[in-house]
Amino acid sequence: MAEIKLDSLIKSYGPDQVLHHVHADIEDGEFVVIVGPSGCGKSTLLRMIAGLEGITSGEVSIGGKVVNGLEPADRDIAMVFQNYALYPHMSVRQNMAYGLKIRGLPKAEIDRRVQEAAEILEIGAFLDRKPRQLSGGQRQRVAMGRAIVRDPQVFLFDEPLSNLDAKLRVQMRLEIRKLQKRLGVTSIFVTHDQVEAMTLGDRLMVLNGGVVEQFGTPIELYDRPETVFVAGFIGSPAMNFLPATAEGGVVTLDNGASLPGAGGVSGPVTFGVRPEHLVPDAQGPIRVQVQVFEALGANTLVHGVLEGTGTELVVSLPGHETPAPGDVLHYAAPSEHHHLFDAESGARIAP
Amino acid sequence: MVEKRPGFTLVAHLVLILGVALVALPVWITFVGASHDAGRMLQAPIPMWPGDQFLENLRQTFFGRGLEGSRTAPVWMMMFNSLVMAMMIAVGKIVISLLSAFAIVYFKFPFRMGFFWMIFITLMLPVEVRILPTFEVVADLRMLNSYWGLTVPLIASATATFMFRQVFLTIPDEMLESARIDGAGPMRFFWDILLPLSRTNIAALFVILFIYGWNQYLWPLLITTDANMMTIVVSIKQMLEAAESTPRWNIIMMTALLAMLPPIVVVITMQKLFVKGLTETDK
Repeated sequence: MAEIKLDSLIKSYGPDQVLHHVHADIEDGEFVVIVGPSGCGKSTLLRMIAGLEGITSGEVSIGGKVVNGLEPADRDIAMVFQNYALYPHMSVRQNMAYGLKIRGLPKAEIDRRVQEAAEILEIGAFLDRKPRQLSGGQRQRVAMGRAIVRDPQVFLFDEPLSNLDAKLRVQMRLEIRKLQKRLGVTSIFVTHDQVEAMTLGDRLMVLNGGVVEQFGTPIELYDRPETVFVAGFIGSPAMNFLPATAEGGVVTLDNGASLPGAGGVSGPVTFGVRPEHLVPDAQGPIRVQVQVFEALGANTLVHGVLEGTGTELVVSLPGHETPAPGDVLHYAAPSEHHHLFDAESGARIAP
Repeated sequence: MVEKRPGFTLVAHLVLILGVALVALPVWITFVGASHDAGRMLQAPIPMWPGDQFLENLRQTFFGRGLEGSRTAPVWMMMFNSLVMAMMIAVGKIVISLLSAFAIVYFKFPFRMGFFWMIFITLMLPVEVRILPTFEVVADLRMLNSYWGLTVPLIASATATFMFRQVFLTIPDEMLESARIDGAGPMRFFWDILLPLSRTNIAALFVILFIYGWNQYLWPLLITTDANMMTIVVSIKQMLEAAESTPRWNIIMMTALLAMLPPIVVVITMQKLFVKGLTETDK
């Protein structure tokens, strides 16, 4: 059993607090992705769990045991680094075996484990090469192999895919996912890429400025973002935010257009709707003045402004549309896809 | 600069050839001098082409007592002294500066930067400046006329410490973190990761320090009064002053040739690593 508990974790550098009271309960075998913009403290959090970074206050426990005072090697974890951190002077085999050798495992056992990991990752063919003779993707696999041979309770990934090219990244993403399911090892994965986060994680922790904005499944985050930040961060293209006023069950946009469906809310709000949820409707209240469009093949992204205001808006339409700049298109937003946030705090208020 | 004009190439070659000649001429004269008998070397003009006494001179110099009448040890013994001194200085400097650079880069202790700057400032104090107090210390420690006396005062090296510090700083932090997760303690990390990664730099430094140690003159001259501890570089000068006889140039030149040999061997055998160590930045 290797559930991970983070209890009110705080990290400060001198007077600057960079992580504020992070709580999380991660279940055994779960794949959790920590996602957020750069500088949000996600790597720091991961390194605190790994033991590479001191804990200012709070507790980290792995498998029911508080590990605050333990060295990284004693926490029963394995970590994959962004630049892989393979030892350049050792062969792939030695790289993978190094940790086991230090732990004093018998040679036969080390060989067996390395062989097994090499088979899983299909790197058997270059076990005796040096890291610099390998491509980026192969190095990535070796770094994973080094983690697997240790047979740890927890895998920690620190943006391991960001040094790969786009195609390879998609491929490795799937492989990591499959591997994690197969081995059933609790994993924490840090990334700034929301697509990576959505596809990999059982649950996502969205961090912003050292605060956990939301912790939930990818679909929860997509369907019911708790804050404007999460709403804007998850989903691509990003959600449209329109300043509006709510009054008596009606939301009025800046250009006077009104939509129904804001029961019990009044005052200034931010009205959010995803580009893919806007549907063409001749009577629709949302009028978009087209500026440019991007034809992506499967769909078309129309960029424009809300008519009569300067608020930018993106609409995603299925198929091939070729609107001309200056056209005004009418859209409706089904009420089940409305998101209302408090204009000031950014917190979700309805529905 | 890429210039294709033939005139330019000619001038460039002329300058280079002139430079080579300038450097090589003294060596050539030394070689020629070592291949004639003593009588020929005292006649003017001095010969410019090798004679036939090379092997004979070599035998006399290497196994003989160098120069009759002078109070020098056999040349092979002085070469051995020089070799021991140069090796002790080079290896000692490397070991000590590796460890001090390791401490300064990877450990947090009070006044860390203070110590670093203290080491750095000693860069400005060559042996010659502190020679009197150092002599006093070595004499009080009864290390005169010993290998320790020859080497210990020269062994601490700010330059090498500084260089290894720079090398260690280029090694990514993740390497240390990765090793920590693998369970390697500090000395294990030093031995298994840092040392192999600094291999080429160590080699480059070894070449430089070996030559530095081999060429030491003032310090060995001061602290060796026993002829059996004399180094070869010092002895060449002593031979010139051999009392009551004309200098035997053939023997002196042969000694000089022999003194040149070990540094050349070190440079040639370690050339590849040496160049790599100075140019390689990829870690």
